[in-house]
Amino acid sequence: MNRSSQYDVVIIGAGMAGLAAGIRLAHFGKRVCIFERHNAPGGLNGFYSLAGRKYDVGLHAVTNFVRPEVKGTPLGKLLRQLRIDRSEFALCEQRCSAIRFGPDPGTELRFSNDPARLESAIAERFPAEIDGFRRLVARVRGHDDVALNSAFLSAREVVRTCIRDPLLEDMLFCPVMYYGSPTAGDMDFSQFVIMFKALFLEGFARPRDGVRVILRVLLDKYRRAGGERRMKCGVRRVLVRDGRATGVELDSGEEIVAAHVLSSIGSAETARLLAPPTADEANAVDRAPDAASGRLSFAETITILERQPAELGWGDDTIVFFNEGPRFDYRRPSAPVDVRSGVICFPNNFDYGDASLPEGVLRVTCLANPSFWIGRPPEAYAAAKREWYDAMQASALRHLPPLSGGLAAATRATDMFTPWTIQRYTGHLEGAIYGSPEKVRDGRTAVPNVYLCGTDQGFLGIIGAMLSGISMANFHILARS
Amino acid sequence: MTQDEVKKIVLDIIADIAPDEDLSQLKPDVRLRDQMQLDSMDFLDIVMELRKRHGIEVPEADYLKLATLDSCGEYLAPKFAALAAKG
Repeated sequence: MNRSSQYDVVIIGAGMAGLAAGIRLAHFGKRVCIFERHNAPGGLNGFYSLAGRKYDVGLHAVTNFVRPEVKGTPLGKLLRQLRIDRSEFALCEQRCSAIRFGPDPGTELRFSNDPARLESAIAERFPAEIDGFRRLVARVRGHDDVALNSAFLSAREVVRTCIRDPLLEDMLFCPVMYYGSPTAGDMDFSQFVIMFKALFLEGFARPRDGVRVILRVLLDKYRRAGGERRMKCGVRRVLVRDGRATGVELDSGEEIVAAHVLSSIGSAETARLLAPPTADEANAVDRAPDAASGRLSFAETITILERQPAELGWGDDTIVFFNEGPRFDYRRPSAPVDVRSGVICFPNNFDYGDASLPEGVLRVTCLANPSFWIGRPPEAYAAAKREWYDAMQASALRHLPPLSGGLAAATRATDMFTPWTIQRYTGHLEGAIYGSPEKVRDGRTAVPNVYLCGTDQGFLGIIGAMLSGISMANFHILARS
Repeated sequence: MTQDEVKKIVLDIIADIAPDEDLSQLKPDVRLRDQMQLDSMDFLDIVMELRKRHGIEVPEADYLKLATLDSCGEYLAPKFAALAAKG
């Protein structure tokens, strides 16, 4: 056996979690190699180029942003663990965000990276609920959200012990669910706490040049620490003998020997590598989804604008979470896209100082039905994209100040991605961005030296994904050797 | 190696792990985590950097002996001495 293909640790997937785990392991002298099937790193937080422009895939905003003087939060832990100076991420803070529930004139809550702003908005609009809201915040702050063992607790039930008005309840759940919930309707309270802190008690920021700034820092740290990386090099099987993993087999058939395997690709996806489907199962079009795979996915439109959003009269909101209808209904829609609710993001509206982005950008994200999009023939797929692009814009525009002249006149270029795009480029089954509803907090799998990290381990958001890689590398590999 | 030299080694490690902390006012006889934000992940890092940089092993049962700078000096100095003696 060639020594070059023997590793202490093989990591599957070069997303945020895999790269962060790789940095830790390589820094402490492990021979480690990351295998990535795609040609670009980033996974669910990657980027792509189209007609000379670079588009971020997952990233609206880096959540969990806190200023340097705030200690003991996920961002600070991450920077320390990876020996990254915070200036390297070049994070620029959001201006202001909003939750808008219709129908017109509707109810609006505005919030920023100062938690007092949301609190005063609630005191003003929901005066009878402000004491309950403060109780909820106290409960969230006191909750140990990173415990590696915790049973499911209904976040809806906990929130209802503090908040009685269903409108306010839904308005708080809307951003939290859109930015991280793998479950419909309700979510686990620990996951709610992670997201509530990340969004409302910490905040949003973004590097001016998008997610690739963060990826570049991670790749550079990993390379300098001595980590290896092989791109366009998928893992098709984890080799198991006598109940333990001995290594992995690549798409090419090449075998790699490893003492540990750390998989960032999801729990159902990893289970498939441990017991690959037979040829018949793989070819069956109507094969039932794996029990633990995720159910929720999204469509997103990207519109490049002739001018900055503020110049079009849209103000300087960074993110707008919107909903119309009596209740906020977060579940897999039966329609191709559920345009009743969604997220509008203006990447221009972070505080970049004097260096504004060269073009205006409008992004709109809505819940989508993977079984409609995945596997649709090319012509029908393209036609559906056109139809639903228009429907998503129309819905988003209802929640923005009116635009004189119409959106088409202000549009320079457009793109759209669907659950199919996500599945194709990230390998996450059904385009399930937030992964399985059942998180595996301790990262264990059916095989003792194969571990999960990333989305399905259960720390959410881009900072959470990196902390997941760090925690699992520490817990399963570094703390034991 | 003297206890003061060992404390300097530990301080250097903490400075690399937590560059956002001011270490100039640390009291050697007060628990480190009472004077700055150091969590269990950071303590694990101190242990692992001691192993990586100096070949010093600290078993998990002894982690409490790293609570203050003084206790680090007392606990680690004999380990550095033993390592030096082995040459």
